Amino acid sequence: MILLSQLINGVLLGGYYALLACGLSFMFGVMRIINLAHGDLAILGACLVFFIADQTGLSPFIGLIVMLPVLAVGGWALQRWMLERSLRAGLLVPLLTTFGLAIVIENGLFEYFGADSRSLAPYIGDFAFDSWAITDNIYIGELAVLIFAVAVVLLGGLKLFLNYTSLGRAIRATAEDADTAELVGINARAVYAVAAAIAVATAGLAGVFLAMRETFSPYSGPTQLIFAFEAVVIGGIGSLSGTLVGGIVLGVAQTFGAQINPQGFLIAGHLVFLLVLAGRLVVGAMRARGGMHGLFARRP
Amino acid sequence: MTLLGVEQLEARHGLLQAVRGVSFGVDAGETLALVGANGAGKTTLLRTIAGAHKPAAGRISFDGVDVTATPAYARLRTGIALVPEGRRLFAGMTVKENLLLAAAYGRSGHWSLEAVLEAFPLLQRRLNSRAGNLSGGEQQATAIGRALMTNPKLLLLDEVSLGLAPIAVEAVYRSLRGLITGGTTIVLVEQDIGRALSVATRIMCMLEGRIILQGVAKEMTREQVTEAYFGLQRSRRNSS
Amino acid sequence: MSSKTGFIVERWTRLSAATTVIAAALLIVLAFGPLLFGANVVDNLTNLFIYVILSVMWNALAGYAGLISVGQQTFFGLGAYFAIQLSYHGVAVYPALLLGAVVAALVSLPISALMLRLRGGEFAIGMWVVAELAHLLVVLDPLVNGETGVSLLALTTFNPDTRRDDNYWLALASMVVLLAIVFALLRGRLGASVQAIRDDEDAATSVGVKVMRGKWTIFFLTAFGCALAGTLWLATSITFQPNTYFGVQWTAYMIFMVLVGGLGTFEGPIVGAVVFFLIEFFFGQTGVWYLIGLGAVATLFALFLPRGLWGTVEDKSGLRLLPVGYRLRVPGPEQARAD
Repeated sequence: MILLSQLINGVLLGGYYALLACGLSFMFGVMRIINLAHGDLAILGACLVFFIADQTGLSPFIGLIVMLPVLAVGGWALQRWMLERSLRAGLLVPLLTTFGLAIVIENGLFEYFGADSRSLAPYIGDFAFDSWAITDNIYIGELAVLIFAVAVVLLGGLKLFLNYTSLGRAIRATAEDADTAELVGINARAVYAVAAAIAVATAGLAGVFLAMRETFSPYSGPTQLIFAFEAVVIGGIGSLSGTLVGGIVLGVAQTFGAQINPQGFLIAGHLVFLLVLAGRLVVGAMRARGGMHGLFARRP
Repeated sequence: MTLLGVEQLEARHGLLQAVRGVSFGVDAGETLALVGANGAGKTTLLRTIAGAHKPAAGRISFDGVDVTATPAYARLRTGIALVPEGRRLFAGMTVKENLLLAAAYGRSGHWSLEAVLEAFPLLQRRLNSRAGNLSGGEQQATAIGRALMTNPKLLLLDEVSLGLAPIAVEAVYRSLRGLITGGTTIVLVEQDIGRALSVATRIMCMLEGRIILQGVAKEMTREQVTEAYFGLQRSRRNSS
Repeated sequence: MSSKTGFIVERWTRLSAATTVIAAALLIVLAFGPLLFGANVVDNLTNLFIYVILSVMWNALAGYAGLISVGQQTFFGLGAYFAIQLSYHGVAVYPALLLGAVVAALVSLPISALMLRLRGGEFAIGMWVVAELAHLLVVLDPLVNGETGVSLLALTTFNPDTRRDDNYWLALASMVVLLAIVFALLRGRLGASVQAIRDDEDAATSVGVKVMRGKWTIFFLTAFGCALAGTLWLATSITFQPNTYFGVQWTAYMIFMVLVGGLGTFEGPIVGAVVFFLIEFFFGQTGVWYLIGLGAVATLFALFLPRGLWGTVEDKSGLRLLPVGYRLRVPGPEQARAD
């Protein structure tokens, strides 16, 4: 019974990881950029909502509505002013510039907010710890279920958006071949900027849920980046439904790892990630490109 | 009426100069065939007209407007569409998605999904196949269809018969004749001189980035074009 | 020497010969450092040598093999950890410092088997995961006392002055040897092949460059170099705190030094290390603003001066101070006539 309870918690935690990983995967799928500032942008979103809640007493859910457009615009600007230029300089340069940005963001947040761990939990009242009793031994947290549901809706919605709207198709076309996309009338620069806006806004959304679930500090970003990356790689880079699976695998592994040792939470996650990588090598499914499959077809 | 005007156009690939000071015009309703050996600069010229390649010098005007600085996506909306060499379909998307995508960002007009399927009936049963899984002929039809969906005033076709089985080439050209009689202005690159002479109203021959011969198709002989194609004309002129 | 193609291939120029002489003279002066400088200068120079090692190692990986790693602190930390382990198991302390780096380099073998299959950003964060995992596993060792850390007690038996001088010489020698290895590797066949990998991996594979072996050699060398830097850092600070040694800030420093100095040049990372050393010396006390500055400057260099300070000077002036690689020169009119 305890095992089942752990499993359910692990799966729900996986929903959070999928949500966190969504933007990272999306940005890689469209622009072939792995954004090393992804985790710090999530924390930036959390800090913004915390600031609003702290200053005005507004519910974090209202703060969210303010924060999401701000981060979307931030993502748009990030693409226009930094990533676009980075990409022109070579495939590896975005790694360097986003790493630099990560350092600036986390230390900037530290300068303003200090090193204290904070949480949004006090601002959402009982919702932070309310849970439904399934049986006498199994409780599932309402917040965890909400996060999981948001992740499913977001990933599913994004998939529908990409498949059934003309902007979605334009994003897929640009991801596949930006030069040719321009030849059918698509403004690839604008598409990239929209994709970056979506990716950064979803990072912020995940950050806010992190802040509701537990505590965070200005330096929490890198850990979140690593979790997101692990979920993406486990699920297969570029695949949105794979990201949900990857998040769940990571969440379950961490939850069970935590039973063995206090550090086991993190160790189990990293080990599962490395095992999946090694497993792909063994079965040879991970060809030279590094196991990219799914939503975005390879470039010719 | 001149639809497309090209003046002293130069285009480079790094240090290599692919197009060297080319000037010509295309009238509405005309079909201009561009012939020349590999590396003569035909593809670069078409890509520069479409906006996919930045010119090093010169001017391109379309419909009376200078479009030299207009990016490719915006040039498409003024009515220039390119069917690129190698077709360049979005392989991960279905035929229908490839076509609808172009319609969403192009101009409005006569060409719709139905009209394209009427012009290329072979696409009818492949609508929901991934473009990457089509045969060469079907891919080429999709590529032309995709360009038509943007309702161009000027259609640029780069080597539409390259890599196709003879029967597929026939099918593609049968559809093209339909377009030409329908009044679409076309500039096409074609390696087969005989075919170029039969389909085009005007022929332009390129050699090493320059136009070496141009004229009305009906008034030219296959021999004339072949000589220009291989640059024999110049050596003969030099020796005389 | 000239060939029929009309190009001149040259390796040594008069300038590079002169620079080599000056560099050698500088090294001789540095070799007598503890006899010439005060304790403070010796300490600072020791740190500078460690920075140079880190910078040159990261550049070898990124600038020559095209591998951007965010996890080289793995080896920095593991080197120090193994040195402590060896010392606690009775190995004399200075040999333990060297051996610790060797053991950490050996650990890089299984890691490279997995990580070198990854490309671009996947390799970058993959290495970060490895660093985090190494950190967590080291903390499990009871000897380390969790995040509190442990001291290399055997070192405290030395007289502080002797220890300072020994550390200085060890760091200087390590730096010189590692620089020489990188220099030799880059001048040889490996240099040409790893640069081919960096420029285009698929093309390099197709012309028969042994991509994996080139990457693997560089990865192993840089793992050893970073581990040696870690044990040297341990020798100067004596205490081993996992959080510090496995921290991603080391990567931030390395990226800063290499980007500012000049990615993919031999001299650039050395220049970058000196710049970093000076900035830390003057602004290190400003804490968080210092870190924000490092991140911002590194980003600006990547965007606007991608060849760094040294690379830009090289490109603008055509200077090559050290004879790494060959230069192709189109002969001027006089030379052409002379042919």
